[in-house]
Amino acid sequence: MSHGLLGAAVIVAQILLLLAMSFSIIRMVRGPRAQDRVLALDALYVNAMLLLLTVGIRSGSLLYVEAGLIIALLGFAGTVALSKFLMRGQVIE
Amino acid sequence: MSRLDALPPWAAILVAAFVLLGALFAFVGSLGLLRLENFYQRVHAPTLGTTLGTFFMLAGSITCFSVLHGRPIFYEILIGVFLTLTTPITLMLLVRAALYRDREEGSQDVPQLTPKD
Amino acid sequence: MIRRWLPYPILSALLLAVWLLLQQSVAPGTILLGALLGVALAKVFGLLRPPKARLRHYPLLGRLFLRVVLDIFRSNLAVARLILRRDSRTRSGFVAIPLTLTDHHGLAVLACIITSTPGTIWVSYDPDANILLIHVLDLVDEAGWIDSIKRRYERPLLEIFQ
Repeated sequence: MSHGLLGAAVIVAQILLLLAMSFSIIRMVRGPRAQDRVLALDALYVNAMLLLLTVGIRSGSLLYVEAGLIIALLGFAGTVALSKFLMRGQVIE
Repeated sequence: MSRLDALPPWAAILVAAFVLLGALFAFVGSLGLLRLENFYQRVHAPTLGTTLGTFFMLAGSITCFSVLHGRPIFYEILIGVFLTLTTPITLMLLVRAALYRDREEGSQDVPQLTPKD
Repeated sequence: MIRRWLPYPILSALLLAVWLLLQQSVAPGTILLGALLGVALAKVFGLLRPPKARLRHYPLLGRLFLRVVLDIFRSNLAVARLILRRDSRTRSGFVAIPLTLTDHHGLAVLACIITSTPGTIWVSYDPDANILLIHVLDLVDEAGWIDSIKRRYERPLLEIFQ
C-alpha cells in the first residue's frame, strides 16, 4: 500500500518537474531579452538536477546523486560565464 | 520499483511526502518564471526551486538511501551546500548585468545612476 | 609553527569534511589524503591574501542562521502564493536602503541572506554613500521593508562583524 503510494508520488513529482522544465524552456525561447534566457537556463538546470534525484530514488541507485552534484557544479559555472558576458560584451541579439 | 520495496512503510510515506513537496516548490517557481511580467519580477521565482524545492528533495533522497542502506548517507547535503552558496552569486551577477544593460539603453524603469559615479 | 602550516584551520577542516563526504568513508587513508588536501588548498587560498574576518558573538551567529532559515521558509510560501494568485496588481520595485554596516564580510553575508530569501534580491551597493539597492517582489510598504531588513539582519551583523 505505502509502496504504491511512494511509486505514485515519485511519478507525480517527475511529471511536475518535467512541466517545470518545459516552462523554463518556453521562457528561454520567448525571451524577450538575453537576461531572461540566461535566468531560464539557470532554472532549467536546477529542475533537471531535481529530476535526476527523483530518478535516483526510483531506481535506488546513488550514482544519480553524483550526477546531480556535477550538474549543479557545471550549471553554476555556465550561468556565471553567461552573466559576465552580458555585463561586458557587446551582445548581438 | 523492486529495491524500494525494502523500505518500511513509514519511510516510504515520508519519502513520498518529501519528494512531492520538493517537486511542487520547483514547479511553482518555474510557473512564476512563466507568469510574472518583467525580468526583475521573474528573477525572484527560481529561488523557490533552489531553496525549499532542493531542501525537500534532498531530505527525501537522504531518508530513502539512509534507510535502504541501513547507515546514514548524507552526502546529498553537498548539493544543498553548493546550491545555497552559488545561487546568490549567479542571481546577483545576472541582476547586475540586466541593470547594466537597461541603463545602457536608457530605460526609465530602473533607478538611474547617481551623478557621483 | 602551527600558524605557518595551518593558516586557516576552519577552512582546512571544512575541506576535509567535504572530502570525507564525497568519498563516503572514514578509512585512515582517506582521512590522511583529505587532511593533506585541506592543508595544501588552505595554503593556496592564503596566496590570495584575503582580508581577515573578525568574528565575534558566535551564539548570535547561530540565532541569525535560524532566523534566516525560518524567513526562507516563510517567504517561500509568500512568493508561491503570489505566483499562484495570478494577479497583475502585484506591485514590485526597487528599494534604496541606507546602511550603517561597512565591514566587507558582513556585507557579503547580508548579500547572501537577501538574495537567497525568495522575494528580495540584492541589486547593487554604493560604497561611497553606503546605500544598498534591492528589488522587492511584493512591495506594499517601502518603509516596512527598510525597517525589517535593518532590524532583522543588519543589527545582528553589525554586532557580529564590527
